[in-house]
Amino acid sequence: MLDGGRGPGTAMAMRIVVAVAGVLGADRLMPITGAHIDSCLYHGQAGLDFAQKLADLGATVAVPTTLNTSSLDLMHPGLVRLPPSEAVPARALMDAYRALGARATWTCAPYQSAERPAFGENIAWAESNAIVFANSVLGARTERYGDFLDICAAVTGRVPHAGLHLSEHRLPAIELDCSPLSSEMLGHEAVWAALGGVVGRLVGEKVPLLTGIDPRVADEDKLKAFGATSASSGGVALFHVAGVTPEALAAGWGSGSDGAFTGGGGSLDKVPVTAAMVRAMRDELTTADPSAPLDAVALGTPHLSATEFRQLAGLLQGKASFSPGCTVWINTSREVLAQAREAGTAQPAEDRGARIVVDTCTYITPILGPEERSVMTPSGKWAWYAPMNIGVDIIFGTMAECVDSAISGKVVRHDSQWA
Amino acid sequence: MTPNGPDADATFEGVTLCAGTGTGPLLALAEPLSFWGGTDRATGEIIDAHHPQRGRLLGGQVLVMDASRGSSSSSSVLAEQLRAGVGPAAILLTARDAIVCLGVLAAAELYGDGIPVVLLDHSDADRLHQSALPASVSVTAEPGGRAAVVLSTGAGAPEPQP
Repeated sequence: MLDGGRGPGTAMAMRIVVAVAGVLGADRLMPITGAHIDSCLYHGQAGLDFAQKLADLGATVAVPTTLNTSSLDLMHPGLVRLPPSEAVPARALMDAYRALGARATWTCAPYQSAERPAFGENIAWAESNAIVFANSVLGARTERYGDFLDICAAVTGRVPHAGLHLSEHRLPAIELDCSPLSSEMLGHEAVWAALGGVVGRLVGEKVPLLTGIDPRVADEDKLKAFGATSASSGGVALFHVAGVTPEALAAGWGSGSDGAFTGGGGSLDKVPVTAAMVRAMRDELTTADPSAPLDAVALGTPHLSATEFRQLAGLLQGKASFSPGCTVWINTSREVLAQAREAGTAQPAEDRGARIVVDTCTYITPILGPEERSVMTPSGKWAWYAPMNIGVDIIFGTMAECVDSAISGKVVRHDSQWA
Repeated sequence: MTPNGPDADATFEGVTLCAGTGTGPLLALAEPLSFWGGTDRATGEIIDAHHPQRGRLLGGQVLVMDASRGSSSSSSVLAEQLRAGVGPAAILLTARDAIVCLGVLAAAELYGDGIPVVLLDHSDADRLHQSALPASVSVTAEPGGRAAVVLSTGAGAPEPQP
């Protein structure tokens, strides 16, 4: 590939992959079976020049490749308030990635698609929440890929033989004992998001093993919420949950009846996680005055799943419309939105005035109006980044708290959900 | 290295992460920096509200930092600053940071003006952090091998930014 036998575009991508292998000290490259690209979010002319040069030189992706959120919502033109000087090149960037052969999925949750990687597959995924979900929940193997390298891996079908592709880097390094947390509390995605915030700060980039959790409460939406926030507050790219995630199940990692680590490989440092720590993270993420009027609610970061649409519809049953002064924003993918509309689970929110956003997300591009300053969200990632990106203040709460707050126009707390 | 202490000229040896040559005033970052969100992509100014060197310009400087922090979108922002001519002249790291290197590699691929990125020992990086100012640093990073970092302080070194 380096010699141009597969064209100059593939050679350019291979030069980058080989150079990064050198940076990482990897001794060789390895094949991948899929890629997910985050470089399609516009960060300036250089990113556009790079994609257009690859396309102009005739490169196309060598493996099935999905695309992350962009800067624009193509289904709802006019929703994004970008000036033309940004919107025009942002649109050109999206077109360049389609020209390279990637699928126009425009979602940060490619794992919600029917076609997703299987256990043990080596892939090159970018976007921190997608990376941690693929590694942890699917048991696929990806390093923390990002801009430029994601598309070069997709074009060449190769990555450096390094990092989380290697079994020895996937072992748990620290045990977090979650047995103090009630199953009632762990029944809420937002609690898992706050737990992710706590764990990310405790472990940084290390691989944590969570123990003491009833496997019946840990569904994919909750693991999504946990992973996304742990990747934001720490840099977690892989976690294990005893009795739940595939590598923990396969290896028998967990806490034995005597409290000792099971699964071999010696003992692990064990740190307890308490309900008070989780509530403290909720309160830290809350930067707005909860007694002030609520301007907006932001759901779906990472993108709302089909089961979360169903949950939302259930919470709205028999309830009034959202307060006119409080806009409910729902971020999701085109694919999941089509499923939810088909299933009738999107209409209850839409009928009550919710605004749907696809292809992008309300915290990475200007969508909210200047009057929307205090925003409630069950998303730890949204709460982590939105104040910096779009200058809003946050009230962090569960989906049920968000729904009831949006209806009443002021913050409603259900303290029993946090105990 | 000379035995005359940190004020005298000194030469350090490092490992080339990205090949190239570059010279400029020393800018040793007291805290890690995310180029995405932490710097202005059009001007190269440090805008992270929590960073002690907020307001400094990266343009033409020889940056010393352990590694970048946070988002992989930092690669794009660094490449854009190099394109716009407001990026650093060289970057000296203590970790094999692929995010920083990708920004530099992409800019070199597109615009042909690659800057050197060099991996230093912590002790050498500490010497740079403790250097008297103003100081100038000259970096020569050979492809696939060794890199030389020459520190000059006192007379002849450029004035620091206001």
